[in-house]
Amino acid sequence: MDKTVNQKAWFLVLPVFLVVAFSAVLPLMTVVNYSMQDTFGNNQFFWNGVGWFKELLDPSTDLGGRFLASLGRNLFFSMVILAIEVPLGIVIALSMPRQGWTVAACLVILALPLLIPWNVVGTIWQIFGRPDIGLMGYTLNAMGFDYNYVSNAIDAWVTVIVMDVWHWTSLVALLCYAGLKSIPEAYYQAAQIDGASRWAVFKAIQLPKMNRVLLIAVLLRFMDSFMIYTEPFVVTGGGPGNSTTFVSIELVKIALGQFDLGKAAALSLVYNLIILIVCWIFYTVMTNAGAERKVQAESEPAVEPKPSSGLKPVPALKPKEGVA
Amino acid sequence: MARIDLVDLAHSYGGNDAPQETFALKPVTMTWRQGGAYALLGPSGCGKTTLLNVISGIITPSRGKILFDEVDITPLSTQKRNIAQVFQFPVIYDTMTVGQNLAFPLKNRGVPKAEIDKRVAEIGRLLDLEPYLNRKATRLTADAKQKISLGRGLVRSDVAAVLFDEPLTVIDPELKWQLRSKLKALHRELDLTMIYVTHDQTEALTFADTVVVMHDGRVVQSGTPAELFDKPAHTFVGYFIGSPGMNIIPAEVRGREARIDGHVIALNRAYDNLPAGAKIEIGVRPEFVDAVTPAPGLLTSKIERIDDLGRIRFARVRVGDAKLAARAPNGFTSSDGSAGLKFDPAHIHVYADSRLVEGAA
Repeated sequence: MDKTVNQKAWFLVLPVFLVVAFSAVLPLMTVVNYSMQDTFGNNQFFWNGVGWFKELLDPSTDLGGRFLASLGRNLFFSMVILAIEVPLGIVIALSMPRQGWTVAACLVILALPLLIPWNVVGTIWQIFGRPDIGLMGYTLNAMGFDYNYVSNAIDAWVTVIVMDVWHWTSLVALLCYAGLKSIPEAYYQAAQIDGASRWAVFKAIQLPKMNRVLLIAVLLRFMDSFMIYTEPFVVTGGGPGNSTTFVSIELVKIALGQFDLGKAAALSLVYNLIILIVCWIFYTVMTNAGAERKVQAESEPAVEPKPSSGLKPVPALKPKEGVA
Repeated sequence: MARIDLVDLAHSYGGNDAPQETFALKPVTMTWRQGGAYALLGPSGCGKTTLLNVISGIITPSRGKILFDEVDITPLSTQKRNIAQVFQFPVIYDTMTVGQNLAFPLKNRGVPKAEIDKRVAEIGRLLDLEPYLNRKATRLTADAKQKISLGRGLVRSDVAAVLFDEPLTVIDPELKWQLRSKLKALHRELDLTMIYVTHDQTEALTFADTVVVMHDGRVVQSGTPAELFDKPAHTFVGYFIGSPGMNIIPAEVRGREARIDGHVIALNRAYDNLPAGAKIEIGVRPEFVDAVTPAPGLLTSKIERIDDLGRIRFARVRVGDAKLAARAPNGFTSSDGSAGLKFDPAHIHVYADSRLVEGAA
């Protein structure tokens, strides 16, 4: 049968084209436009070429110094919370019950922190940690620890990290639990017969079967923590000094505080680019790991890497660009 | 190496207090001799896997004892019993090579490295896995993986028995046959007790020297394939073993005569002491019933169809409500759709409430 040729069919693509143009392409191009110019208000713009980008990557300038310092803090923060949340999530998943009503209870309790809005989480911890009225802050001080997240940088860091661990470890635990549940009972029985110790079972069966969901967990947690804004902003406001100022907080300061649209736009683009690159690396690693496993697909847990999960962080950034 | 005794062994998933009718495994006492090849045969849900898991220690029985060489091992954990088990789906440790997979049970038991290498090489040779020893186990075919599962059991020199839980389910038919021959060869070579669970009678009859037939949580008969075929102890065995299964026909039996539909069939033995009120049936294998041209003195039946199995033909016939299969000799045709049935009296068995009754000579 011949295919019907009808060029009017192109009109069917038009709605999608328009939606994408207005929702993604135009705002992004506006940001690109700003990043090449400088303004002193009054809607007057001056051409600056790649000047902002040069400054951004040069630590000796004010912009570059602030950007690279906040980037360093952000990467350090992501590494720390990954190093805590991933092993902790695995341990929680391993110690959860496999059947009975306690499963449902555990799942609900674990899911609770995930359902709380970012702002509220920040407020909870802001109050919780206050030395004068906060339960944790007051108790710590009463016990003789000199804890004050407003004046002490280390205390501020500890608070922000503990808050993130409290908020997001559940996600890792739930993903790991799903991975664990998909392991057939025969594997455990075989390991019993082979005389495997608890540690050997973990190393030989549970960890290898979990590595896919773990990869997804690491990706999601890295992205989210790399883009973190609300919670530290509510708790510490980026302080004391600049000690908890992450890239997104710095970006908002430049864009809204100083109204430096050109600098903020350039920073947005670089920020976006870093996230896209990390996404791409993770996605490539994940698909390669998937291809390796295709052969043994019949006995594998049915957790497929979703392409969308790799791209998810980008739309989440959009509001911040719109601001610039 | 051990003789395995099951003493009044029973298991219920609902606990010991559940009514006995609901037990997954009803009380059984039997002996598995050292070096025997056994098959546990029965349909799905008959309790065969439960029995296997009780022997391997994955399930603790509700009551009864298991003895290995007269030593009670019921309270021992799976690790402490010298048992190897191969599961329905191949269990492979993904991150390890084939050789590491085989070495795993020995490493867990702290065997010296030199000894491990020696055993792994030996088992690799025995199972034709030598070329793969250094390759990742995940990329292999299902039958190779199943061989690795088996190898992990065999690699231990202290293993008393190898248990198989429908190990060929995921294997291609052609390879099934090869793998089964391999198992037989291993059995001869290693002098191990092997217990093989299956619902496939061909698999059971070709693998085992003793077949244990289970039905509804009970062991209904255990014997050589020939015994099961010639003298089924239970109508279920007659029906389950053989293709087509045994003909089971309700009948009135008195002395040396069985009466079906008013027609009298002679029996070789006398049955005078049948339990009163029991459901009486006679059983005869289709191989010992001939469909012939109807004649006076023969039971007449209606032919429904004739199955041609290539080497042999079976007529599917009906007598009243009872359906039967009978051998249709070469050249047999029926003009009016009816056939006379000629029974071989030496192979007619009488069953009271489904159990075989021995007649007096």
